[in-house]
Amino acid sequence: MIQEPRVDLPLALEHGLTEQEYDRILKILGRTPSFTELGIFSVMWSEHCSYKNSIALLKTLPRSGGRLLVGAGEENAGLVDIGDDFAVAFKIESHNHPSAVEPYQGAATGVGGIMRDIFTMGARPIASLNSLRFGSLKNAHTRFLFEGVVKGIGDYGNCFGVPTVAGEVYFDESYQDNPLVNAMSVGIVKKGAVASAVAKGAGNPIMIVGSSTGRDGIHGATFASEEISEKSEAKRPSVQVGDPFTEKLLMEATLEIIKQGWLIGIQDMGAAGISCSTSEMSAKGEAGMKIDLNKVPLREKGMTAYEIMLSESQERMLCCVKKGYEDKVKEVFEKWDLHCEIIGYVTEDGNLDIDYDREKKVVIPSFELVLGGGAPVYHRESKKPAYIDELRKFDFNSLPEPEDLHDTFLKVFSSPNIASKKWVYEQYDSMVRTNTIVGPGCDSAVIYLKDINKALALKTDCNSRYVYLNPKEGAKIAVAESARNVVCSGGVPLAITNCLNFGNPYKPEMYWQFKEAVEGMGEACKYFETPVTGGNVSFYNESMNTAVYPTPTIGMVGLIENLKNITTSYFKNENDLIYILGEDYEELGGSEYLKAIYDKVEGDAPGLNLETEKKLHDAVLSLIEKKLINSAHDVSEGGVISSLAECCIINENNLIGAEVSIKIKSRKDFSLFSESQSRVIVSIAPAAKTEFENLLKKIGQKFELLGNTGGEKLLVNKLEFALEMLADIYFNTIPRIMNE
Amino acid sequence: MKPNFGVVVFPGSNCDYDAYYVIKKIFGFEVNFLWHKDKDLQKSDIIILPGGFSYGDYLRTGSIARFSPIMQSVIEFAQRGGIVIGICNGFQILLEAGLLPGVMLKNKSLQFICKDVYLSVANSETVFTKDIPTGKILKVPVAHGDGNYFTDENTLKELVVNKQIIFQYSSKDGEVTEKFNPNGSAMNIAGIMNKEGNVLGMMPHPERCSDSVLGKTDGALIFNSVINNFLIEV
Repeated sequence: MIQEPRVDLPLALEHGLTEQEYDRILKILGRTPSFTELGIFSVMWSEHCSYKNSIALLKTLPRSGGRLLVGAGEENAGLVDIGDDFAVAFKIESHNHPSAVEPYQGAATGVGGIMRDIFTMGARPIASLNSLRFGSLKNAHTRFLFEGVVKGIGDYGNCFGVPTVAGEVYFDESYQDNPLVNAMSVGIVKKGAVASAVAKGAGNPIMIVGSSTGRDGIHGATFASEEISEKSEAKRPSVQVGDPFTEKLLMEATLEIIKQGWLIGIQDMGAAGISCSTSEMSAKGEAGMKIDLNKVPLREKGMTAYEIMLSESQERMLCCVKKGYEDKVKEVFEKWDLHCEIIGYVTEDGNLDIDYDREKKVVIPSFELVLGGGAPVYHRESKKPAYIDELRKFDFNSLPEPEDLHDTFLKVFSSPNIASKKWVYEQYDSMVRTNTIVGPGCDSAVIYLKDINKALALKTDCNSRYVYLNPKEGAKIAVAESARNVVCSGGVPLAITNCLNFGNPYKPEMYWQFKEAVEGMGEACKYFETPVTGGNVSFYNESMNTAVYPTPTIGMVGLIENLKNITTSYFKNENDLIYILGEDYEELGGSEYLKAIYDKVEGDAPGLNLETEKKLHDAVLSLIEKKLINSAHDVSEGGVISSLAECCIINENNLIGAEVSIKIKSRKDFSLFSESQSRVIVSIAPAAKTEFENLLKKIGQKFELLGNTGGEKLLVNKLEFALEMLADIYFNTIPRIMNE
Repeated sequence: MKPNFGVVVFPGSNCDYDAYYVIKKIFGFEVNFLWHKDKDLQKSDIIILPGGFSYGDYLRTGSIARFSPIMQSVIEFAQRGGIVIGICNGFQILLEAGLLPGVMLKNKSLQFICKDVYLSVANSETVFTKDIPTGKILKVPVAHGDGNYFTDENTLKELVVNKQIIFQYSSKDGEVTEKFNPNGSAMNIAGIMNKEGNVLGMMPHPERCSDSVLGKTDGALIFNSVINNFLIEV
């Protein structure tokens, strides 16, 4: 028998707990915790599980109302009414730290984890999205991470059988040692058939199902709650290993059982494994749980109670079964060749009560462990970082005007941030389940809902340079742009999920970024009436050199009630008229132009007026509803000229040219590359001109005729670009770098 | 006579429902799922082995699926002349089961590939292709990591002589060259049948392009052909 370490303050500190927190544990228990108990407290009170440094601010976000059926944080994922008795469950989550040390498994298990959050609610996942950020692609290590992450996401999702339909990939030095891997899953469920993550009713059996428990991923949650350092490499064993095949079986079995109504509740095991699922389920049911760890199927011999409780082995679920239905539940899991063991039962005393080898290992009130219960809540100190005002002083007129705008544009357009991510998304099965109406590559993905003959428009978005320069405005823009993308596809924005990737919250400057971003996000979500259904906070995205740009990734879900409203980004016909909706203010702060040509990230983020933005959404949706436009594409990175080029070539099989003239305000380069918000490029049939213009005038939406489509070139003012060449740059930039 | 369809479900199949949906909702025919642990083919006239990752494909694609109870029945069914269509992982299983010659290697790029490709119909005189308009180039998606068809020279010659090659990757104008080969397969092979003409294996997914809602319907031409011709003696 291995002697367990003696529990004292130094050991608690080693576990990432503070002195104050350790004192609290002593007070709660009225004694010194056992080694296993200390482990449980340390993971449950880690940032990852407890949201202790973020929850106070998160509660200021609009988290209920409207079509929301389940408020944020109440269940594993948010739930939004889409009519006809169906609801959509969706959530985004980070797997940054694991992916930094083990890109393939880190990303794969990120996908697996978020899928479980969806099907544990009884919803069948129908689409998967992601948001990925890496350092400069010029760097060999970046290419290694990029390749591994993409393969990990692909292999997991492809085998699991859920299409990966949209996402974003950015490259910037700030992510050099700390890539961001955010995965989102979207599922649908009949309204009456939603499962809850609860355990209650004394005597109801608790079952563990799925994979056996091994030593993988022990302290994964704690690892995710600290900065990345040279020691991180040694944390590789904290990274879990994914098995999409088992998860596919687990999903089919789980959905079958939930449908039968044999369960009280069910929760997946992600971070903090059995510790988290037992304590959260019982706390939610205001109950206790008695567990015998000897019943847990183990992958290896000699595991201690500590290890079993903290293991993050993947593809496991915890079920609270209605007494008397144990055999029926077992039968279904056995049909799918899955382990299924009764490991305990619900009690009334409210305690998590755990035995192993006939020894009492744990007695903790469940309530004390969980978020919303006894887990600590902190308000951290915040301080505006000095760099903000410094960078805003930047005088754009000090930039030399480029002599050759033609070459300058090609350089901007060759940025991997603008280039097509085809190299990425062709490695993902984007079509399985045969619902993909618009796949990757357009403003947002459009997924058919066979049961109700409607569609969802889905998008992830965040321009983190803007957030870095101006966290509040940048976060607003992230919400606005994802909504705009959904609108351009013909969808009405419904709700968002967010993945807040920030630095160390104990640093006041980092916390300030977080606070400001949450404020901006809240304002925008309130204005657009797109509540936050939940999501994930990932702090400590820092490495030896620097913190990542603050990156509040938004996952937006929109509804398309009428399939005829589905709209795509690219030009459809020759001789259509091209218009731009919205106005330019020559805003270049944080622009791709500034970065690609001058290697600078300076200035202020573009401004965002919520009223203007909302009016634009209403205008675009009216135009679509009235069948007045043939394409819609928003203006974003690289400015109006880049967006126009994309409209010409996104549909690789049918390139359509354009001849446009763009009004120059003060300088050609400023006007062409400005990233002013609330702008959309549309193409219309010439016959629709009058009706189109009248409608916009009536709404009061600013617009301007730019020119017309046609030919084999893009002509912008007097600059001329062959479409073949633009398409080659757009589609082959990333493959060329990766195949070097 | 209206055909009854059976779609085999292996653990890890993930295009089973897609095939089922097309037969049931788009064509309106009877279709049953055939569970891998069963042996009963439920009076199916046409059997589909769907795409996916049977048993996780952790060993060699399709290598475990062929030992399942249902496959013993499918093999007998095929040997009696029953129509069997293997799509993607289904094609890989047919190779492993010996119902079709050859093997599947990893894609030349070593990457999974999912995109629309064009297929030229190499033999129009089959149950599977008879009703496809002559000269029609089909646009059908592929989604696989192991679609690089390989076999020895002699077998390849036999496939040509016996007109067993059914679909070849091509340009949208039907040009069959290396440039349009997404995975490095021998002779741009996308689909082959057995000598008897009742077993088809193909890597592209016709069930993903049979519903007009998705904006592409060339896959329906293949199902249509099978439905119209499955009773013809092969």
